[in-house]
Amino acid sequence: MASILAVDDSASMRQMVAFTLKGAGYDVIEAVDGQDALGKARAKQADVVLTDLNMPNMDGIQLIRELRKLPQYKFTPMLLLTTESAGDKKTEGKAAGATGWLVKPFNPDQLLATLKKVLG
Amino acid sequence: MSVDISQFHQVYFEESFEGLDAMESGLLALSSGEPDMETINVIFRAAHSIKGGAGTFGFRDISDFTHVMETLLDEMRSGKRLVTPAAVDLLLRSTDQLGGLLTAARDKVEPDAEAIAEALTELQAMLNEAQPDAPAPAAPTTPAAAPAGWRIRFAPQAHLFMTGNDPARLLRELTALGSCTINCDLSQLPEAGAEFDPEACYIAWDIELSAPVEESAVREVFEWVDGDAEILIQSVMPSAAALAAASAAQAEAEQLAEDRRQSDRRAGDRRAGDRRQSDRREGAAGASSSSSIRVDIGKVDALINMIGQLVITQSMLLDLGQEITPEKTIKLREGLAQLERNTRDLQESIMNIRMMPISFSFNRFPRLVRDLSSKLGKEVQLKLAGEETEVDKTVLEKIGDPLVHLVRNALDHGLETPEVREACGKSAVGTLSLNAYHEGGSVVIDISDDGAGLNRERILAKARERGIIDAHVHPTDAQVYDCIFAPGFSTAAVVSDVSGRGVGMDVVRRNIRDLGGTVDVHSTPGQGATFRIRLPLTLAILDGQLVRVGANVYIISLVSIIESLQVESANVQTVSGSTELYSLRSEYIPVLRLYDLFDVQPDSTELSEGLLVVVEAMGKKVALLVDELLAQQQVVVKSLQTNFRNVDGISGATILGTGSVAMILDVNGLVRLSRERYADLPLVPNSFRMAQQETIQ
Repeated sequence: MASILAVDDSASMRQMVAFTLKGAGYDVIEAVDGQDALGKARAKQADVVLTDLNMPNMDGIQLIRELRKLPQYKFTPMLLLTTESAGDKKTEGKAAGATGWLVKPFNPDQLLATLKKVLG
Repeated sequence: MSVDISQFHQVYFEESFEGLDAMESGLLALSSGEPDMETINVIFRAAHSIKGGAGTFGFRDISDFTHVMETLLDEMRSGKRLVTPAAVDLLLRSTDQLGGLLTAARDKVEPDAEAIAEALTELQAMLNEAQPDAPAPAAPTTPAAAPAGWRIRFAPQAHLFMTGNDPARLLRELTALGSCTINCDLSQLPEAGAEFDPEACYIAWDIELSAPVEESAVREVFEWVDGDAEILIQSVMPSAAALAAASAAQAEAEQLAEDRRQSDRRAGDRRAGDRRQSDRREGAAGASSSSSIRVDIGKVDALINMIGQLVITQSMLLDLGQEITPEKTIKLREGLAQLERNTRDLQESIMNIRMMPISFSFNRFPRLVRDLSSKLGKEVQLKLAGEETEVDKTVLEKIGDPLVHLVRNALDHGLETPEVREACGKSAVGTLSLNAYHEGGSVVIDISDDGAGLNRERILAKARERGIIDAHVHPTDAQVYDCIFAPGFSTAAVVSDVSGRGVGMDVVRRNIRDLGGTVDVHSTPGQGATFRIRLPLTLAILDGQLVRVGANVYIISLVSIIESLQVESANVQTVSGSTELYSLRSEYIPVLRLYDLFDVQPDSTELSEGLLVVVEAMGKKVALLVDELLAQQQVVVKSLQTNFRNVDGISGATILGTGSVAMILDVNGLVRLSRERYADLPLVPNSFRMAQQETIQ
């Protein structure tokens, strides 16, 4: 089953995402911020990256930019979890190499539907 | 699949309250210094997380409220709004309201709607008052007549794969909308022999979707690749009217294509900007991440319980070891000694999980002191020290209120106004310090101010007036100051709404005593006062003195024992027929016969054949009659309430090495019991007893 790198500094969001994904049979790697995620992404190949935008140490956009530099993450789908209010962040995210986004708040079903989109 | 998201609520509330604390301390830092970008970012992120979670977990009012705060913070973050004291103040107050909303949601009660609405209005007013660039209104979307289908041109740019997008996936998604005829345009493929980049996309697609879906549904499929591809969407009209519409649609499509090209250029510019910014950020990114875990307190308690059992096993083995033949004894003893060491190490590290830095409690004081000092018209500098000192979680939770009380008192009564201070030759700014440190097996918290100190004369007068100190007695400073802990005692000339109602200091002392701690006060007139709180490191383990009454073993907490002594019959006085008082160094101490209280058979009912253990609680002493003093040892406290039921005079139980259960005496309760028994003989401070002694003699 595909492995998903889920990055969020909020423990409750991380738990919700991880619980939903594990329930759907995915492998989940959790990370608390961009820096943590970068290390974990290097250690284990993820098939999809789901990342929050605003995080300490390294934000989601910077994380995507860094990941895209790694050969093994050149084509990996990477989704930003953003809020509606952050419209220009979507463009910034895309410029950094994000595949797409999922608008917060989302429910578990929407999360799974979006993942299905990129995993086929 | 359906997921019950309420299971994440607890974690959400925990992290939100942490976020709230971060917002508050950030805002306080902003109010007292130069606005610094990282602080604003921290506050913004905290608000953003609270909002995001609230939306996800269905707390609409929290999400709405935080949204307005976040907007204000975002404007500060992006430099569109100045960080003014008024804005910081409003945000601080809003943080309080947000805390109220969170608490209400957590406790499933109604929030204070009026206060929330008021704060919301204020926030909105501030947002509107100097509206920066008003956001461009969203382009009105013209309701399109439902067409029979769509003709789509999808020509990705070469880099499409590098965004993680896959054309095949998009086409598949499109087919989910209805049946499609897809033509592949290979015209851009390099000639054979020409340079070919295997990672680039050279193919374009022309699609005819024959389904009467909304245009937005089609656009949504391509939403993520907008800007990475040429996307033309034309409607296919059902009738002859299609022709007329087609030209309009064509023009629209051309306009769209033009828009897209422009937006591509903009995106390009942004990309360059990002790169510059990212270089800067990389340099600044620190590698500081705290490594902590959130552990459910129940799990920790289970571990502590388990380790308690291990301690019991170990002491049982130790008992057993005494009876084994001499040859094997040495080895067995060595093994047991090792087991004891291991057990203690394990116990210490597990107890450590429950320990939390006292900063959790100290954190609220910068805000409290700021608000109170401005209300009282005083200038106060707060100094915190030893915030990293660790205390048991339960102790930490229960020490908060007494600390707040003492700090309020120091601000209200201790520290003087700037004018008075200057007149006394002191600096106008008063200092209040909170200092925590470990000393022996206890945690000590000092609350000191450099104010006027306690007013000995006024306290003494009040104490005499209330009959706490006898008129003829000349008490020491310590005895006088101790009176402020008497119930209902207040010397405040004016009762302010901050403190001075005389309810409190006795409660402060009682709360601290309930935690097995002590509080006392030192004061130097004109130079200030220090309240010193001494608390046990943990509540789960107790240093106990084992005593025997007949066949029963009881445990008395070592800290409450003043002394133990053999009874001299000459010192026993009997008053009112049955009340026994033991005279000890000019003090009369009521005697409580434990065998009588617990209805057990003692070795002897003669006072002179037993021992008296003098214990103190709530400032009162009681002498407990026991048959024998046994060992002193650490015991694991087991709740009597959860395992049996509450018993007066007993605070808990433990299991001894022999496997038998021993009761832990509740010294507070025993003192209370003795007071009830001898209700006609109030147990009052020294002075009163000395006066009584004269009467008796």
